[in-house]
Amino acid sequence: MTMRVAEKDVLVHCHHVTCSYGDSAVVNDVNFTLRRGEFAGIVGPSGSGKTTLLKAVLGSIKPVHGSIDMLKGLRMGYVPQVESVDWNFPVTVLEVMMMTRSEKKWWPRITTAERAAAEDVLERLGLEGLSGRHIRELSGGQQQRVFVARALFHSPDILVLDEPTSGVDVRTRHEVLHLLADLHDAGMSVLLTTHDLNGLAAHLPRLICLNKEIVADGSPREVLVPEVLEKLYGAPMHVLEHGGMPVVLDHSENPMVGRFGGKAV
Amino acid sequence: MHSSFIYALSLGEPYGFQFFRNGAFVALIAGGLCGLLGVFVVLRGMSYIGHGLSHAVFGGAAASAVMNFNYFIGAGIWGVVSGVLIGRIARRRIIGADAAIGVVTTASFALGLALLNRYGQAKRSIEAVLFGSVLGVKNSDIIAVLVVAVLATVVIVLGYRKFLFSTFDPEVAEVSGVKVSLMEAALMIMLSLTILVTMRVIGTLLISALLVIPAATARLLTNRFSRMLWISPLIGAASAFLGMNVAYHTNTSASAMIILMAAATFTCVYFGSGVRGRRRMASFGHL
Repeated sequence: MTMRVAEKDVLVHCHHVTCSYGDSAVVNDVNFTLRRGEFAGIVGPSGSGKTTLLKAVLGSIKPVHGSIDMLKGLRMGYVPQVESVDWNFPVTVLEVMMMTRSEKKWWPRITTAERAAAEDVLERLGLEGLSGRHIRELSGGQQQRVFVARALFHSPDILVLDEPTSGVDVRTRHEVLHLLADLHDAGMSVLLTTHDLNGLAAHLPRLICLNKEIVADGSPREVLVPEVLEKLYGAPMHVLEHGGMPVVLDHSENPMVGRFGGKAV
Repeated sequence: MHSSFIYALSLGEPYGFQFFRNGAFVALIAGGLCGLLGVFVVLRGMSYIGHGLSHAVFGGAAASAVMNFNYFIGAGIWGVVSGVLIGRIARRRIIGADAAIGVVTTASFALGLALLNRYGQAKRSIEAVLFGSVLGVKNSDIIAVLVVAVLATVVIVLGYRKFLFSTFDPEVAEVSGVKVSLMEAALMIMLSLTILVTMRVIGTLLISALLVIPAATARLLTNRFSRMLWISPLIGAASAFLGMNVAYHTNTSASAMIILMAAATFTCVYFGSGVRGRRRMASFGHL
């Protein structure tokens, strides 16, 4: 059940949320609150319920128990996984942007004012001059930014991203991270899912560790610790510190060592 | 000079006949309509649905014919119900979409064939549905094709953004407030109606080709959805018009010639578009 919250700075409040497909619960008794201006990541292993929880927040899945309270009139900008996008689909950057256009007009032609507004958002994200390009003609970083631009085009209160660094190269991951940090600095609230602990999660101000239920919730320094990670992933993990940030190392035995004459690093 | 004048005169010869003028007009509109709906069929990977729906509608057409029931009402209800049923089964993903189409449409087609065998008096009208009878179109056929063509154009123009969004990215469209299931139902109904009104022109067995080939050709020519929406109907209408004329002069089946014209256009564009164009069509996954 989705309700409205009275507190003005609370954007989303999950209250004992349980989601299931069939009989088995995928997300179990989850409680968390996301306030305006926060930048939070939901982390966990594959099958931990990250995307399900995100979809419940977005309203595309209904919890079987509990409720998700939202600020009245909350506008969410959703950025899907790039891997789910059909890059061969015949659309240009401008056409992608216009999909979230809210004006009600009977004629679909893009007006000069709409084009200018879209160009403005594209310019803010470093995509100026690309509006006429087909989406496949862009680099990985540009492709991801186009979908962020589409989400931003209808002025959302919160940006919701599903695995924004999944299936992208290191350079694109850096671009995405910087882009999100810049947007957050400009006042945008951000909620994302990721399984990329070192590349993305460790850089976020707040992490919600999920393995069907919330295992820990706090800053990377608080939650990226061996006890939490073992509980989260079911395997022992080392945590080192590098440049003032936690770096997670897989402690499990390397099955390849010794087989091909290699040595553990 | 003299021979070319006679040749030009012979080209205009069929237009002296009312049945040909009617047939050419209805084929032109039907080609454009199939080209328009075909854009969604191709981009949504629904080619098999188009093929299956035409077979499903055949069952309704056969049942209407043997019961002396109005073709458009009987086959129309049958087609829309089949379309929605296929959509629902495919959406639930209990069995695959291809299996759902296979079950619903082949059963319907088999029923049509059984009725055709059992009640011989309906044979002629059913054969027209199977193979098309563009030169035997009635005024009611012309009106029906025109009404559906206008309706489909208006619905697609009014719902342009929602149709595009739900075709490209249904998950995000749903989150953004687009009623994706409603858009899918609208498309299935329009597709069923298109098949229904063009079936007597093109025929059950060839209609799916006219739903796929013009849109696939348009995809080779452009990277823009908005352009596909006018290039594809243009190719569909031109193929139908040319096919009609060639069929008259070569004394062959009009519906077969219409599809052959569309296929020839596709072949020329495919080889003429070069490697870049064909790479664009790497999206043969759309077909």
